[in-house]
Amino acid sequence: MRSADTLWVLLGAALVLFMTPGLALFYGGMVRSKNVLSVMMNSFIAIGIITVVFVTFGGSLIFSNDLGAGLLGNLHLAGFANLNHPLPGLGGVHADPMAIMVFQLMFAIITAALLSGGTVDRIKFTSFLVLIVAWFLFVYVPIAHWVFSPTGWLAHLGVLDFAGGTVVEINSGFSTLAIVLVLGRRRGWPGEAMAPHSVPLTLLGAGILWFGWFGFNAGSSLGVNHVAVIAFVTTQIAAATGMLGWVLFERAREHYPTTLGAASGAVAGMVAITPCAGFVSPMAAVVIGLVAGVICAMAVRLKFKWHYDDSLDVLGVHGVGGLCGMVLLGCFATKSVNAAGANGLFTGGGFHLLSREALAAAVTAAFAFFVTSIIAKVVDVTMGLRVSQEDEFVGLDLSQHAESAYSLGGGGRLGQ
Amino acid sequence: MKLIVAVIKPFVIGEVKAALEAAGVEGMTISEAHGFGRQRGHTEVYRGSEYEVDFVPKIRIELLVDDDQLDELLAVLINAAHTGTIGDGKVWVLPIETAVRIRTGERGSDAL
Repeated sequence: MRSADTLWVLLGAALVLFMTPGLALFYGGMVRSKNVLSVMMNSFIAIGIITVVFVTFGGSLIFSNDLGAGLLGNLHLAGFANLNHPLPGLGGVHADPMAIMVFQLMFAIITAALLSGGTVDRIKFTSFLVLIVAWFLFVYVPIAHWVFSPTGWLAHLGVLDFAGGTVVEINSGFSTLAIVLVLGRRRGWPGEAMAPHSVPLTLLGAGILWFGWFGFNAGSSLGVNHVAVIAFVTTQIAAATGMLGWVLFERAREHYPTTLGAASGAVAGMVAITPCAGFVSPMAAVVIGLVAGVICAMAVRLKFKWHYDDSLDVLGVHGVGGLCGMVLLGCFATKSVNAAGANGLFTGGGFHLLSREALAAAVTAAFAFFVTSIIAKVVDVTMGLRVSQEDEFVGLDLSQHAESAYSLGGGGRLGQ
Repeated sequence: MKLIVAVIKPFVIGEVKAALEAAGVEGMTISEAHGFGRQRGHTEVYRGSEYEVDFVPKIRIELLVDDDQLDELLAVLINAAHTGTIGDGKVWVLPIETAVRIRTGERGSDAL
């Protein structure tokens, strides 16, 4: 074991954890002031819930020895026990196995938190909790095992996904689409104005996400080496060009480059570079970020055309950005950057890698959508996904949590 | 006695106040208001979706004046609030029964 590698992974874990409150701010600013605490809580509570489920047995199902078909692990590592040997298939990694597990826990947390972005203003809090636990077990755990564990079937097939273009991004996007189709639209949407109540919060959140994403991507090298540096650099570049791509698109189309667009574009760029980070050159990252920024700026408009209320664009930014990243990885991956990677379509590898990336993207999207649809339907039938019409009108801060985000004096008297 | 009510552009309030004071006005009340006239509102864009903001910010002035001062002060106010662009606002005048200074109990013109 190398202590520097363990330190790197632990540092990465702390950075990725910080992304979740960052996401809470990013989302919180985009809703109306009567729902800001609710949406921030739905991100924050994921830290508590997913930690318990992941440590007790979820993490083991992802990273322990495969049961046979590459579909799921066993319970050998349940409770974070037996972590004194390298994780199966990761014998070449010198970081402490438990550090890797806690690093991976943070990925599961933020992916669950991402689901809250589509369901704002109307989902019942208790139902959301049940939903993310079931979703974590039946959707996240299998996909993470297939891709992140070298014993999983997609990893075995040669699919490259550096930090979770499938597991985190495509998964969260298409799972959210499944949930919002069961949940229904916000009352009054899309006719009624539901403008963001505080774009400054959103911008701060995007900045925290950007900071944390270095842990997400560069940390995924699981060691202090050149691949970590490449992943760090490509993350910075794609975030920058993603922001520019989105803002240029807005300028061309609506004449105003918006602050919200800049924040969204940076996130879109980072989403797209996530699967690519340690496998592509810095100049490829320029293209990947730019393409993702423009395509995601276009994708967030589709909901107005097709009338699905993916309120804060989890599908439009994470789902579509993740698809962009996987396809572009199949084009731009190069062994000159990372010998453990592969060559893509533009780098002499032909269609071999591209076809595998496309397959993994399609399988993830379909599996996430299908299974999450069933889970959402079951939760809806048994406990109801939505709050009442009155609670929705009053706002979820008050109706779900008995709190107000902004109280300007007149706080009433202390109750008994 | 008359009550002048004026709804004006927020950024001209400094000039309006200075001009009215110069003309001898010793007190006025203002409040923040929102509304629309021919100017209509404006459009905001968030991630490509446009929101029509119908009510634009304005300042409402309420000013009690004696009948013989009305025309002069009205002219002063309008002159100071005038920019010539759309959205300059409106002024209207109401008759007032009486007014009382609460501290002293003075009534009518003495209370101004």
